[in-house]
Amino acid sequence: MSLTNDYIKQRLVEKFGEALTSFEESFDVLTFTAPAALNLKVMQFLYDDEELQFRFLTDLTAVHYPHLPDAELAVVYHLYNFREKVRLRMKIFVPVAAPQVFTATKLFESANWMERETYDFFGVDFVGHPNLKRILNVDEMTYFPMRKEFPLEDQSRIDKDDEMFGR
Amino acid sequence: MNMEQQHIKLPQGAIEKQTNTLNLGPTHPATHGVFQNILEMDGERVVNTESTVGYIHRAFEKIAERRPYYQITPLTDRLNYCSAPINNMGWHLTVEKLLGIQTPKRVDYLRVIIMELARITDHLICNGVVGVDTGAFTGFLYLMKYRELVYEIYEEVCGSRLTTNIGRIGGFERNFTPAAFQKIEKFLAEYPKALKEFETLMTRNRIFVERTTGVGPISAERAMSYGFTGPNLRAAGVDYDVRVAHPYSSYEDFDFTIPVGTTGDCYDRFLVRNAEMWESLSIIRQAMDKLKDLPEEVYHAEVPAYYLPEKQDVYTKMEALIYHFKIIMGESDILPGELYNAVEGANGELGFYLISDGGRSPYRLHFRRPCFIYYQAYPELVKGAMLSDAIICLSSLNLIAGELDA
Repeated sequence: MSLTNDYIKQRLVEKFGEALTSFEESFDVLTFTAPAALNLKVMQFLYDDEELQFRFLTDLTAVHYPHLPDAELAVVYHLYNFREKVRLRMKIFVPVAAPQVFTATKLFESANWMERETYDFFGVDFVGHPNLKRILNVDEMTYFPMRKEFPLEDQSRIDKDDEMFGR
Repeated sequence: MNMEQQHIKLPQGAIEKQTNTLNLGPTHPATHGVFQNILEMDGERVVNTESTVGYIHRAFEKIAERRPYYQITPLTDRLNYCSAPINNMGWHLTVEKLLGIQTPKRVDYLRVIIMELARITDHLICNGVVGVDTGAFTGFLYLMKYRELVYEIYEEVCGSRLTTNIGRIGGFERNFTPAAFQKIEKFLAEYPKALKEFETLMTRNRIFVERTTGVGPISAERAMSYGFTGPNLRAAGVDYDVRVAHPYSSYEDFDFTIPVGTTGDCYDRFLVRNAEMWESLSIIRQAMDKLKDLPEEVYHAEVPAYYLPEKQDVYTKMEALIYHFKIIMGESDILPGELYNAVEGANGELGFYLISDGGRSPYRLHFRRPCFIYYQAYPELVKGAMLSDAIICLSSLNLIAGELDA
Protein backbone atom coordinates (compact mmCIF):
# COMPACT_ATOMS: atom_id res chain seq x y z
CA MET A 1 0.00 0.00 0.00
CA SER A 2 1.32 3.34 -0.82
CA LEU A 3 -0.10 6.72 -0.15
CA THR A 4 -0.14 8.87 -3.26
CA ASN A 5 -0.65 12.60 -3.39
CA ASP A 6 -3.73 12.10 -5.56
CA TYR A 7 -5.29 9.89 -2.92
CA ILE A 8 -4.56 12.35 -0.11
CA LYS A 9 -6.10 15.10 -2.19
CA GLN A 10 -9.16 12.98 -2.92
CA ARG A 11 -9.67 12.21 0.77
CA LEU A 12 -9.28 15.84 1.76
CA VAL A 13 -11.70 17.04 -0.88
CA GLU A 14 -14.21 14.37 0.16
CA LYS A 15 -14.03 15.53 3.74
CA PHE A 16 -13.75 19.30 3.43
CA GLY A 17 -15.10 19.97 -0.05
CA GLU A 18 -14.57 23.44 -1.40
CA ALA A 19 -12.94 24.78 1.76
CA LEU A 20 -9.45 23.62 0.80
CA THR A 21 -7.99 25.39 -2.20
CA SER A 22 -4.91 25.73 -4.42
CA PHE A 23 -3.86 22.11 -4.45
CA GLU A 24 -0.53 21.76 -6.19
CA GLU A 25 2.50 19.55 -6.18
CA SER A 26 5.89 21.16 -5.90
CA PHE A 27 8.91 18.86 -5.78
CA ASP A 28 6.67 15.85 -5.03
CA VAL A 29 5.10 17.46 -1.97
CA LEU A 30 1.37 18.07 -2.01
CA THR A 31 0.59 21.64 -1.00
CA PHE A 32 -2.79 23.13 -0.23
CA THR A 33 -4.35 26.13 1.44
CA ALA A 34 -6.87 25.89 4.25
CA PRO A 35 -8.95 28.66 5.78
CA ALA A 36 -7.71 29.86 9.17
CA ALA A 37 -10.79 28.58 10.96
CA LEU A 38 -10.22 25.03 9.72
CA ASN A 39 -6.52 24.48 10.39
CA LEU A 40 -7.03 22.35 13.50
CA LYS A 41 -9.88 20.36 11.98
CA VAL A 42 -7.80 19.52 8.93
CA MET A 43 -4.79 18.53 11.01
CA GLN A 44 -6.93 16.46 13.36
CA PHE A 45 -8.46 14.67 10.37
CA LEU A 46 -5.03 14.02 8.88
CA TYR A 47 -3.83 12.79 12.28
CA ASP A 48 -6.72 10.48 13.11
CA ASP A 49 -7.49 8.97 9.74
CA GLU A 50 -6.36 5.34 9.60
CA GLU A 51 -4.92 5.65 6.13
CA LEU A 52 -3.46 9.15 6.20
CA GLN A 53 -1.76 9.12 9.61
CA PHE A 54 0.06 12.42 9.41
CA ARG A 55 1.23 12.28 13.00
CA PHE A 56 4.48 14.20 12.94
CA LEU A 57 4.81 17.96 12.69
CA THR A 58 8.12 18.39 10.89
CA ASP A 59 8.15 22.12 10.65
CA LEU A 60 6.04 25.16 11.31
CA THR A 61 6.92 28.61 10.10
CA ALA A 62 5.48 31.65 8.38
CA VAL A 63 6.10 33.69 5.26
CA HIS A 64 5.26 37.35 4.76
CA TYR A 65 3.76 38.36 1.41
CA PRO A 66 3.14 42.12 1.68
CA HIS A 67 1.66 42.25 -1.81
CA LEU A 68 -1.28 39.94 -1.01
CA PRO A 69 -4.10 42.09 0.42
CA ASP A 70 -5.76 40.55 3.49
CA ALA A 71 -3.58 37.46 3.23
CA GLU A 72 -0.18 38.88 4.02
CA LEU A 73 0.97 36.18 6.41
CA ALA A 74 1.13 32.56 5.43
CA VAL A 75 1.58 30.03 8.22
CA VAL A 76 3.17 26.92 6.74
CA TYR A 77 2.87 23.47 8.31
CA HIS A 78 4.94 20.54 7.13
CA LEU A 79 3.33 17.28 8.19
CA TYR A 80 4.86 13.86 7.89
CA ASN A 81 3.63 10.30 7.74
CA PHE A 82 6.24 7.96 9.24
CA ARG A 83 4.72 4.79 7.89
CA GLU A 84 4.43 5.80 4.25
CA LYS A 85 7.22 8.39 4.34
CA VAL A 86 5.09 11.09 2.78
CA ARG A 87 5.33 14.83 3.35
CA LEU A 88 2.45 17.26 3.17
CA ARG A 89 2.42 21.05 3.25
CA MET A 90 -0.51 23.05 4.52
CA LYS A 91 -0.76 26.82 4.33
CA ILE A 92 -3.01 29.18 6.23
CA PHE A 93 -3.25 32.73 4.97
CA VAL A 94 -4.23 35.42 7.47
CA PRO A 95 -4.33 39.23 7.20
CA VAL A 96 -1.49 40.99 8.96
CA ALA A 97 -4.01 43.22 10.76
CA ALA A 98 -5.70 40.23 12.42
CA PRO A 99 -3.21 37.38 12.44
CA GLN A 100 -5.18 34.91 14.55
CA VAL A 101 -4.54 31.20 14.00
CA PHE A 102 -5.52 28.36 16.29
CA THR A 103 -2.60 26.73 18.06
CA ALA A 104 -1.53 23.20 17.23
CA THR A 105 -0.04 22.57 20.66
CA LYS A 106 -2.94 20.32 21.65
CA LEU A 107 -2.06 17.99 18.80
CA PHE A 108 1.74 18.24 18.73
CA GLU A 109 3.97 19.16 21.67
CA SER A 110 6.60 20.28 19.22
CA ALA A 111 4.35 23.10 18.01
CA ASN A 112 4.96 24.95 21.26
CA TRP A 113 8.34 26.49 20.51
CA MET A 114 7.85 26.58 16.77
CA GLU A 115 4.75 28.70 17.27
CA ARG A 116 6.59 30.90 19.71
CA GLU A 117 9.32 31.40 17.14
CA THR A 118 6.74 32.20 14.46
CA TYR A 119 5.08 34.68 16.78
CA ASP A 120 8.44 36.17 17.65
CA PHE A 121 9.42 36.86 14.05
CA PHE A 122 6.12 37.37 12.25
CA GLY A 123 3.62 38.30 14.93
CA VAL A 124 1.24 35.47 14.19
CA ASP A 125 -1.11 35.27 17.16
CA PHE A 126 -1.66 31.60 18.01
CA VAL A 127 -4.99 31.49 19.83
CA GLY A 128 -4.93 29.15 22.79
CA HIS A 129 -1.14 28.81 23.02
CA PRO A 130 -0.11 28.11 26.63
CA ASN A 131 2.89 30.42 26.69
CA LEU A 132 2.95 32.74 23.70
CA LYS A 133 5.93 35.01 24.30
CA ARG A 134 9.12 35.84 22.48
CA ILE A 135 11.72 33.11 22.35
CA LEU A 136 14.82 34.17 20.42
CA ASN A 137 14.49 37.95 20.53
CA VAL A 138 14.44 40.10 23.66
CA ASP A 139 11.12 40.49 25.42
CA GLU A 140 11.21 44.29 25.07
CA MET A 141 11.07 44.15 21.28
CA THR A 142 8.01 45.88 19.87
CA TYR A 143 8.09 44.75 16.24
CA PHE A 144 8.30 41.52 14.27
CA PRO A 145 11.64 41.53 12.48
CA MET A 146 11.14 38.91 9.77
CA ARG A 147 8.38 40.90 8.12
CA LYS A 148 9.35 42.36 4.82
CA GLU A 149 8.95 45.99 5.90
CA PHE A 150 12.24 45.62 7.76
CA PRO A 151 14.89 45.30 5.08
CA LEU A 152 18.47 44.62 6.04
CA GLU A 153 20.69 47.63 5.74
CA ASP A 154 21.58 48.55 2.20
CA GLN A 155 25.31 47.96 1.91
CA SER A 156 25.73 50.68 -0.70
CA ARG A 157 24.34 53.49 1.43
CA ILE A 158 26.57 56.55 1.73
CA ASP A 159 24.70 58.74 4.18
CA LYS A 160 26.22 56.91 7.13
CA ASP A 161 29.75 57.88 8.09
CA ASP A 162 30.90 55.05 10.27
CA GLU A 163 34.67 54.93 10.36
CA MET A 164 34.65 52.09 12.82
CA PHE A 165 33.16 49.65 10.35
CA GLY A 166 34.79 51.15 7.28
CA ARG A 167 31.60 51.83 5.36
CA MET B 1 17.21 25.96 79.07
CA ASN B 2 13.73 25.20 80.27
CA MET B 3 11.30 22.67 78.90
CA GLU B 4 8.94 25.16 77.33
CA GLN B 5 11.56 26.37 74.97
CA GLN B 6 12.33 22.88 73.72
CA HIS B 7 8.77 21.93 72.83
CA ILE B 8 7.72 24.69 70.52
CA LYS B 9 4.20 24.26 69.36
CA LEU B 10 3.77 25.46 65.80
CA PRO B 11 0.40 26.28 64.30
CA GLN B 12 -0.87 24.06 61.51
CA GLY B 13 0.75 24.78 58.12
CA ALA B 14 3.49 27.02 59.49
CA ILE B 15 6.23 24.89 57.92
CA GLU B 16 5.70 24.99 54.20
CA LYS B 17 7.66 23.09 51.67
CA GLN B 18 9.89 25.52 49.85
CA THR B 19 11.63 25.10 46.54
CA ASN B 20 14.84 26.77 45.48
CA THR B 21 15.50 28.38 42.15
CA LEU B 22 18.76 27.51 40.51
CA ASN B 23 20.13 29.33 37.51
CA LEU B 24 22.10 27.02 35.28
CA GLY B 25 23.78 29.18 32.72
CA PRO B 26 23.72 31.26 30.46
CA THR B 27 27.41 30.43 30.34
CA HIS B 28 27.97 27.49 32.56
CA PRO B 29 30.43 24.73 31.69
CA ALA B 30 27.74 22.11 32.19
CA THR B 31 25.43 23.62 29.60
CA HIS B 32 27.86 23.15 26.69
CA GLY B 33 26.76 26.37 25.08
CA VAL B 34 25.11 29.67 25.74
CA PHE B 35 21.64 29.09 27.07
CA GLN B 36 19.99 29.25 30.43
CA ASN B 37 17.99 26.74 32.41
CA ILE B 38 16.10 28.01 35.40
CA LEU B 39 15.62 24.95 37.56
CA GLU B 40 13.11 24.84 40.35
CA MET B 41 14.63 22.48 42.88
CA ASP B 42 13.18 20.61 45.80
CA GLY B 43 16.35 19.68 47.62
CA GLU B 44 18.34 17.96 44.93
CA ARG B 45 15.37 17.01 42.79
CA VAL B 46 14.26 19.02 39.80
CA VAL B 47 10.64 20.06 40.06
CA ASN B 48 10.35 22.24 37.02
CA THR B 49 12.55 23.73 34.35
CA GLU B 50 12.30 26.78 32.24
CA SER B 51 14.68 27.24 29.38
CA THR B 52 15.75 30.56 27.96
CA VAL B 53 17.33 30.43 24.54
CA GLY B 54 18.31 33.04 22.01
CA TYR B 55 21.59 34.33 23.46
CA ILE B 56 23.43 33.73 20.21
CA HIS B 57 20.61 34.38 17.81
CA ARG B 58 22.19 35.84 14.67
CA ALA B 59 19.15 36.28 12.42
CA PHE B 60 20.46 33.95 9.72
CA GLU B 61 17.05 33.65 8.09
CA LYS B 62 16.89 37.42 7.70
CA ILE B 63 20.45 37.73 6.47
CA ALA B 64 19.81 34.97 3.95
CA GLU B 65 17.09 37.08 2.35
CA ARG B 66 19.73 39.49 1.08
CA ARG B 67 22.49 37.15 0.09
CA PRO B 68 23.08 35.35 -3.18
CA TYR B 69 22.73 31.60 -2.85
CA TYR B 70 26.41 30.71 -2.73
CA GLN B 71 26.98 33.16 0.13
CA ILE B 72 24.46 31.38 2.34
CA THR B 73 26.72 28.34 2.77
CA PRO B 74 28.89 30.04 5.44
CA LEU B 75 25.73 30.83 7.40
CA THR B 76 24.85 27.15 7.57
CA ASP B 77 28.30 26.38 9.00
CA ARG B 78 27.33 28.14 12.15
CA LEU B 79 24.19 26.14 12.86
CA ASN B 80 25.57 22.89 14.21
CA TYR B 81 29.24 23.80 14.29
CA CYS B 82 30.26 20.34 15.48
CA SER B 83 29.26 18.89 12.12
CA ALA B 84 29.35 21.90 9.80
CA PRO B 85 29.95 19.90 6.57
CA ILE B 86 26.56 18.19 6.84
CA ASN B 87 24.88 21.60 6.99
CA ASN B 88 26.88 22.81 4.00
CA MET B 89 25.98 19.74 1.96
CA GLY B 90 22.37 20.04 3.00
CA TRP B 91 22.25 23.56 1.63
CA HIS B 92 24.01 22.60 -1.62
CA LEU B 93 21.62 19.69 -2.09
CA THR B 94 18.64 21.98 -1.51
CA VAL B 95 19.78 24.49 -4.12
CA GLU B 96 20.67 21.70 -6.53
CA LYS B 97 17.21 20.25 -6.12
CA LEU B 98 15.69 23.66 -6.84
CA LEU B 99 17.84 24.10 -9.94
CA GLY B 100 17.49 20.48 -11.06
CA ILE B 101 21.23 19.82 -11.06
CA GLN B 102 22.28 16.17 -11.30
CA THR B 103 25.62 15.56 -9.64
CA PRO B 104 27.96 12.80 -10.85
CA LYS B 105 28.28 9.69 -8.70
CA ARG B 106 31.80 10.54 -7.67
CA VAL B 107 30.66 13.87 -6.22
CA ASP B 108 27.91 12.07 -4.32
CA TYR B 109 30.34 9.58 -2.85
CA LEU B 110 32.86 12.24 -1.89
CA ARG B 111 30.06 14.11 -0.18
CA VAL B 112 28.99 10.97 1.64
CA ILE B 113 32.54 10.52 2.92
CA ILE B 114 32.67 14.09 4.22
CA MET B 115 29.20 13.90 5.75
CA GLU B 116 29.90 10.64 7.53
CA LEU B 117 33.20 11.98 8.86
CA ALA B 118 31.25 14.93 10.22
CA ARG B 119 28.72 12.62 11.81
CA ILE B 120 31.54 10.73 13.53
CA THR B 121 33.10 13.92 14.91
CA ASP B 122 29.75 15.08 16.20
CA HIS B 123 28.88 11.79 17.88
CA LEU B 124 32.32 11.33 19.38
CA ILE B 125 32.13 14.71 21.06
CA CYS B 126 28.65 14.04 22.34
CA ASN B 127 29.49 10.61 23.69
CA GLY B 128 32.80 11.78 25.08
CA VAL B 129 31.05 14.60 26.89
CA VAL B 130 28.42 12.30 28.35
CA GLY B 131 31.39 10.47 29.80
CA VAL B 132 32.89 13.69 31.15
CA ASP B 133 29.63 14.65 32.80
CA THR B 134 29.43 11.29 34.54
CA GLY B 135 32.96 11.80 35.79
CA ALA B 136 34.92 9.77 33.25
CA PHE B 137 37.27 12.19 31.57
CA THR B 138 39.54 9.62 29.97
CA GLY B 139 37.26 8.40 27.21
CA PHE B 140 36.78 11.94 25.98
CA LEU B 141 40.52 12.39 25.61
CA TYR B 142 40.87 9.10 23.75
CA LEU B 143 38.35 10.20 21.15
CA MET B 144 39.22 13.87 20.92
CA LYS B 145 42.57 12.98 19.41
CA TYR B 146 40.78 11.47 16.42
CA ARG B 147 38.63 14.52 15.82
CA GLU B 148 41.90 16.22 15.04
CA LEU B 149 42.55 13.64 12.30
CA VAL B 150 39.17 14.43 10.75
CA TYR B 151 39.83 18.16 10.95
CA GLU B 152 43.07 17.57 9.10
CA ILE B 153 41.05 15.89 6.35
CA TYR B 154 38.76 18.93 6.15
CA GLU B 155 41.82 21.15 6.03
CA GLU B 156 43.21 19.15 3.14
CA VAL B 157 39.91 19.27 1.26
CA CYS B 158 38.70 22.82 1.85
CA GLY B 159 41.30 24.66 3.91
CA SER B 160 39.39 25.23 7.10
CA ARG B 161 38.58 23.20 10.15
CA LEU B 162 35.55 24.09 12.21
CA THR B 163 33.32 26.29 10.08
CA THR B 164 34.21 24.58 6.88
CA ASN B 165 32.23 26.17 4.04
CA ILE B 166 33.05 22.95 2.23
CA GLY B 167 31.90 22.28 -1.32
CA ARG B 168 30.05 24.47 -3.76
CA ILE B 169 26.70 24.31 -5.50
CA GLY B 170 27.31 21.53 -8.02
CA GLY B 171 30.21 19.77 -6.34
CA PHE B 172 33.47 20.60 -4.62
CA GLU B 173 35.62 23.67 -5.10
CA ARG B 174 38.63 21.49 -5.91
CA ASN B 175 39.41 17.84 -6.29
CA PHE B 176 40.47 15.70 -3.37
CA THR B 177 44.25 15.46 -3.28
CA PRO B 178 46.05 12.12 -2.82
CA ALA B 179 47.02 13.40 0.62
CA ALA B 180 43.34 13.75 1.50
CA PHE B 181 42.69 10.12 0.61
CA GLN B 182 45.75 9.07 2.58
CA LYS B 183 44.43 10.94 5.59
CA ILE B 184 41.02 9.31 5.24
CA GLU B 185 42.72 5.91 5.05
CA LYS B 186 44.76 6.76 8.11
CA PHE B 187 41.62 7.72 10.00
CA LEU B 188 39.83 4.55 8.89
CA ALA B 189 42.77 2.47 10.05
CA GLU B 190 43.26 4.11 13.43
CA TYR B 191 39.85 5.20 14.61
CA PRO B 192 38.19 1.76 15.04
CA LYS B 193 40.85 0.83 17.56
CA ALA B 194 40.23 3.94 19.62
CA LEU B 195 36.47 3.56 19.41
CA LYS B 196 36.78 -0.04 20.53
CA GLU B 197 38.90 1.08 23.45
CA PHE B 198 36.35 3.77 24.29
CA GLU B 199 33.56 1.22 24.24
CA THR B 200 35.50 -1.14 26.48
CA LEU B 201 35.93 1.74 28.87
CA MET B 202 32.32 2.90 28.90
CA THR B 203 29.67 0.56 27.55
CA ARG B 204 29.76 -2.14 30.22
CA ASN B 205 31.26 0.06 32.89
CA ARG B 206 29.06 -0.43 35.90
CA ILE B 207 29.34 3.13 37.18
CA PHE B 208 28.54 4.56 33.77
CA VAL B 209 25.65 2.18 33.18
CA GLU B 210 24.08 2.95 36.52
CA ARG B 211 24.54 6.69 36.10
CA THR B 212 22.84 6.76 32.69
CA THR B 213 20.24 3.98 32.63
CA GLY B 214 16.76 5.31 33.21
CA VAL B 215 17.94 8.92 33.17
CA GLY B 216 15.87 11.20 30.96
CA PRO B 217 13.80 8.49 29.30
CA ILE B 218 11.15 9.20 26.71
CA SER B 219 8.66 6.91 25.02
CA ALA B 220 8.48 6.68 21.24
CA GLU B 221 5.08 8.35 21.18
CA ARG B 222 6.15 11.30 23.29
CA ALA B 223 9.36 11.62 21.31
CA MET B 224 7.40 11.86 18.07
CA SER B 225 5.00 14.35 19.58
CA TYR B 226 7.95 16.47 20.67
CA GLY B 227 9.36 16.39 17.15
CA PHE B 228 12.45 14.33 18.01
CA THR B 229 14.54 13.19 15.07
CA GLY B 230 17.95 11.65 14.61
CA PRO B 231 19.73 9.56 17.26
CA ASN B 232 17.44 10.82 20.03
CA LEU B 233 14.35 9.52 18.25
CA ARG B 234 16.05 6.29 17.27
CA ALA B 235 17.06 5.72 20.89
CA ALA B 236 13.36 5.78 21.71
CA GLY B 237 12.80 3.00 19.18
CA VAL B 238 11.66 4.69 15.96
CA ASP B 239 13.77 3.71 12.97
CA TYR B 240 13.44 7.02 11.14
CA ASP B 241 16.51 8.11 9.27
CA VAL B 242 16.35 10.62 6.41
CA ARG B 243 19.23 8.81 4.67
CA VAL B 244 16.96 5.78 4.27
CA ALA B 245 13.50 7.32 4.15
CA HIS B 246 14.37 9.97 1.55
CA PRO B 247 17.80 9.08 0.17
CA TYR B 248 19.94 11.95 -1.06
CA SER B 249 23.47 12.08 -2.41
CA SER B 250 23.28 8.39 -3.49
CA TYR B 251 22.81 7.01 0.02
CA GLU B 252 20.67 4.30 -1.58
CA ASP B 253 23.89 2.75 -2.95
CA PHE B 254 25.20 2.00 0.51
CA ASP B 255 24.55 -0.89 2.79
CA PHE B 256 24.04 0.11 6.41
CA THR B 257 21.70 -0.47 9.30
CA ILE B 258 19.86 1.98 11.50
CA PRO B 259 20.62 1.29 15.15
CA VAL B 260 17.62 1.75 17.43
CA GLY B 261 17.19 1.74 21.18
CA THR B 262 14.16 0.93 23.31
CA THR B 263 13.76 3.25 26.28
CA GLY B 264 15.10 6.53 24.93
CA ASP B 265 17.16 7.16 28.05
CA CYS B 266 20.68 8.54 28.18
CA TYR B 267 22.24 5.09 27.98
CA ASP B 268 20.29 4.20 24.84
CA ARG B 269 21.19 7.49 23.25
CA PHE B 270 24.82 6.75 24.03
CA LEU B 271 24.59 3.26 22.51
CA VAL B 272 22.80 4.50 19.39
CA ARG B 273 25.44 7.15 18.78
CA ASN B 274 28.22 4.63 19.26
CA ALA B 275 26.60 2.18 16.87
CA GLU B 276 26.11 4.95 14.34
CA MET B 277 29.80 5.71 14.40
CA TRP B 278 30.50 2.11 13.39
CA GLU B 279 27.93 2.39 10.60
CA SER B 280 29.51 5.63 9.43
CA LEU B 281 32.91 4.00 9.31
CA SER B 282 31.47 1.20 7.22
CA ILE B 283 29.80 3.71 4.87
CA ILE B 284 33.08 5.59 4.39
CA ARG B 285 34.86 2.33 3.67
CA GLN B 286 32.23 1.41 1.07
CA ALA B 287 32.45 4.85 -0.50
CA MET B 288 36.23 4.60 -0.73
CA ASP B 289 35.86 1.27 -2.51
CA LYS B 290 33.25 2.62 -4.90
CA LEU B 291 35.47 5.58 -5.77
CA LYS B 292 38.10 3.27 -7.23
CA ASP B 293 35.91 2.49 -10.26
CA LEU B 294 35.07 6.09 -11.04
CA PRO B 295 36.99 8.65 -13.13
CA GLU B 296 39.35 10.49 -10.85
CA GLU B 297 39.10 13.92 -12.43
CA VAL B 298 35.37 14.45 -11.78
CA TYR B 299 34.63 16.57 -8.76
CA HIS B 300 31.74 18.77 -9.84
CA ALA B 301 28.70 18.72 -12.08
CA GLU B 302 28.91 20.35 -15.50
CA VAL B 303 26.78 23.38 -14.71
CA PRO B 304 28.77 26.38 -15.90
CA ALA B 305 25.99 28.81 -15.00
CA TYR B 306 26.21 27.95 -11.30
CA TYR B 307 29.66 26.49 -10.75
CA LEU B 308 32.66 28.82 -10.79
CA PRO B 309 34.98 28.20 -13.78
CA GLU B 310 38.71 27.63 -13.51
CA LYS B 311 40.51 30.91 -12.89
CA GLN B 312 42.69 30.37 -15.98
CA ASP B 313 39.62 30.07 -18.17
CA VAL B 314 38.25 33.31 -16.77
CA TYR B 315 41.26 35.15 -18.23
CA THR B 316 41.17 33.44 -21.60
CA LYS B 317 37.59 32.43 -22.43
CA MET B 318 34.61 34.71 -22.94
CA GLU B 319 31.97 32.26 -21.65
CA ALA B 320 33.90 31.54 -18.49
CA LEU B 321 34.37 35.25 -17.85
CA ILE B 322 30.63 35.92 -18.19
CA TYR B 323 29.66 33.08 -15.88
CA HIS B 324 32.32 34.04 -13.38
CA PHE B 325 31.00 37.60 -13.29
CA LYS B 326 27.39 36.50 -12.99
CA ILE B 327 28.06 34.02 -10.21
CA ILE B 328 30.23 36.38 -8.18
CA MET B 329 27.75 39.22 -8.52
CA GLY B 330 24.94 36.84 -7.58
CA GLU B 331 23.15 37.35 -10.90
CA SER B 332 22.77 33.69 -11.88
CA ASP B 333 19.29 32.75 -13.03
CA ILE B 334 17.48 30.99 -10.22
CA LEU B 335 14.14 29.35 -10.91
CA PRO B 336 11.14 30.33 -8.82
CA GLY B 337 9.98 27.48 -6.66
CA GLU B 338 9.19 26.25 -3.21
CA LEU B 339 10.70 23.21 -1.63
CA TYR B 340 11.49 21.53 1.63
CA ASN B 341 14.62 19.44 1.57
CA ALA B 342 16.03 17.57 4.52
CA VAL B 343 19.27 15.81 5.30
CA GLU B 344 20.11 13.62 8.25
CA GLY B 345 22.16 15.97 10.37
CA ALA B 346 24.16 14.64 13.28
CA ASN B 347 21.34 15.66 15.63
CA GLY B 348 18.39 14.84 13.46
CA GLU B 349 16.50 16.02 10.47
CA LEU B 350 18.04 19.26 9.29
CA GLY B 351 15.52 20.81 6.93
CA PHE B 352 15.72 23.74 4.56
CA TYR B 353 12.43 25.33 3.59
CA LEU B 354 13.28 27.51 0.64
CA ILE B 355 11.03 29.83 -1.32
CA SER B 356 12.57 31.40 -4.37
CA ASP B 357 10.81 34.07 -6.38
CA GLY B 358 13.46 34.04 -9.08
CA GLY B 359 15.44 36.85 -7.49
CA ARG B 360 19.12 36.83 -6.56
CA SER B 361 18.39 35.81 -2.95
CA PRO B 362 15.79 33.48 -1.46
CA TYR B 363 12.42 35.07 -0.83
CA ARG B 364 12.28 33.11 2.39
CA LEU B 365 14.59 30.54 3.90
CA HIS B 366 13.74 28.65 7.03
CA PHE B 367 16.04 26.22 8.78
CA ARG B 368 14.39 23.31 10.54
CA ARG B 369 16.87 22.93 13.35
CA PRO B 370 16.52 19.60 15.14
CA CYS B 371 18.03 20.90 18.41
CA PHE B 372 15.56 23.74 18.70
CA ILE B 373 12.64 21.41 18.28
CA TYR B 374 13.63 18.59 20.60
CA TYR B 375 15.03 20.80 23.33
CA GLN B 376 11.51 21.76 24.40
CA ALA B 377 11.12 18.23 25.78
CA TYR B 378 13.84 18.91 28.35
CA PRO B 379 11.51 19.87 31.24
CA GLU B 380 9.62 16.62 30.77
CA LEU B 381 12.81 14.57 30.54
CA VAL B 382 14.29 15.83 33.80
CA LYS B 383 11.20 16.24 35.92
CA GLY B 384 11.83 14.50 39.22
CA ALA B 385 15.44 13.72 38.37
CA MET B 386 18.48 14.69 40.41
CA LEU B 387 20.43 17.78 39.44
CA SER B 388 23.38 15.68 38.28
CA ASP B 389 21.05 13.59 36.11
CA ALA B 390 19.69 16.75 34.54
CA ILE B 391 23.24 17.61 33.48
CA ILE B 392 23.82 14.21 31.86
CA CYS B 393 20.48 14.47 30.13
CA LEU B 394 21.48 17.83 28.73
CA SER B 395 24.74 16.53 27.34
CA SER B 396 23.28 13.31 25.95
CA LEU B 397 20.68 15.28 23.98
CA ASN B 398 23.65 16.87 22.24
CA LEU B 399 22.45 20.43 22.31
CA ILE B 400 24.43 22.78 20.14
CA ALA B 401 23.72 26.41 20.93
CA GLY B 402 24.32 27.49 17.36
CA GLU B 403 21.61 25.20 16.11
CA LEU B 404 19.27 26.21 18.89
CA ASP B 405 19.27 29.86 18.00
CA ALA B 406 20.10 30.11 14.28
